[in-house]
Amino acid sequence: MTVGAWEAFWLIVRRELCLSFRRPEQLFQPLVFFLIVTTLFPLGLNLQLSLLRDMAPGVLWVAALLSSLLSLDSLFKSDADDGTLEQLALSGQGLVVIVTAKTCAHWLVTGAALVLISPLVAIALNIPSFAFAIMMASLTMGTLTLSWLGAIGAGLTIGLRRSNVLLSLIVLPLAMPLLIFGAGATDRAISQIGAAGALYFLAALCVFTCTLAPFAAGAALRITLE
Amino acid sequence: MWTWFYKLASPPHVYGLSGMLAPWFLGIATLTIGYGLIDGLAFAPPDYQQGDAFRIIYVHAPGAWMSTFIYTTMAVAGAIGLIWRIKMGHAVAAACAPIGASFTILALATGSLWGKPMWGTYWAWDPRLTSELILLFLYFGAMSLRSAFEDAAQGDRAAALLAVVGVVNVPIIHYSVVWWNSLHQGATVAKLGKPAMELSMLWPLLSMLLGFMLFFGAVLCLRLQGEVLNRERQANWVRQAVKS
Repeated sequence: MTVGAWEAFWLIVRRELCLSFRRPEQLFQPLVFFLIVTTLFPLGLNLQLSLLRDMAPGVLWVAALLSSLLSLDSLFKSDADDGTLEQLALSGQGLVVIVTAKTCAHWLVTGAALVLISPLVAIALNIPSFAFAIMMASLTMGTLTLSWLGAIGAGLTIGLRRSNVLLSLIVLPLAMPLLIFGAGATDRAISQIGAAGALYFLAALCVFTCTLAPFAAGAALRITLE
Repeated sequence: MWTWFYKLASPPHVYGLSGMLAPWFLGIATLTIGYGLIDGLAFAPPDYQQGDAFRIIYVHAPGAWMSTFIYTTMAVAGAIGLIWRIKMGHAVAAACAPIGASFTILALATGSLWGKPMWGTYWAWDPRLTSELILLFLYFGAMSLRSAFEDAAQGDRAAALLAVVGVVNVPIIHYSVVWWNSLHQGATVAKLGKPAMELSMLWPLLSMLLGFMLFFGAVLCLRLQGEVLNRERQANWVRQAVKS
């Protein structure tokens, strides 16, 4: 029986979503981490609200970056450990399809969830509500791009011991432009000066990454699965 | 006609060739860097705004150029190894990484020393500075990824892929001063038409750049010899080469 690429894509997405909803604690951990990290900053800054408001975009974005990095571990690891990944690779479907499906599912349960709870954090960080739309738009594109960059990094570090530190070392430099434009857009939205420029840059980065990263991540898997 | 090119994939040939080239590169590099330093530091006229402090450009600009040039070399060599499975490509990439990281550190250090008298600060979170720093982290990432694998061939390919992915940063560094309002000055030398620099200042700079290139070539040859010996340590020709 042969399965078309689209069908395979949806099957893998459904499997991934199914698996993550059966282990809800894995689903919530990155979100709780995101909440805790953003709580740390106000405590460290002695509750000065004016200072907090200036720093909020940076805090929000750094926390999103770290939480997304933390969840990358689950992207390929368990499947690589029990051999599922190798079976998928042997299934005759292109690795690009497999990687795309896994990354999309991963983004849905981590990135999209993070975007959804971001208004909660934003209120706590004293970000005015008129900036929420731009903040969420920028976070959506940012987390999607991050998931893809992370897929390349996670693909390259499958099966390595202490891969976590190495993964951060690989992914964070690539994610820095994202942080600049994402936090920039949020910052500009808060001060009510046009955020369009930063958003366009972010969109460009997002489109660029989403088009090319699947091939890079597929190639990464081919290298590490050999 | 293409034999010389195909031969570059053979380890003993590369070993011999780099041993032959290294002293030449080193010799000419000493001459050009020597001329560039003496003429640039002692004889070139001081800048009308920056005075004598501008002279650090003779180390800073070639160092910064080399940092991106070596990264591109590393990525191209890695891609050659990745696509055509040529082991020597990976050897060149592995030899490039530490040299490139050193040049990046040199560019960052001299740049921040230059920044103190001119901008009033050692470091500014400026696009060009930040992207140069990212370049340094990319070098570190490629180096640690390569060494993290127990299977050396796998580490080579992983590091090569990472280097190719990181290449997107190179045009960002180059155009950062054009795209963003930056403290860093714009292009003064590599402009079409007349360079925006006095010729008496430019000659030592070009000589320094050529010297840095040749110096890179010499260090690359020496490191490459070491890489080849290490990678081919099981081969017969290595035993003979070491014995003789």
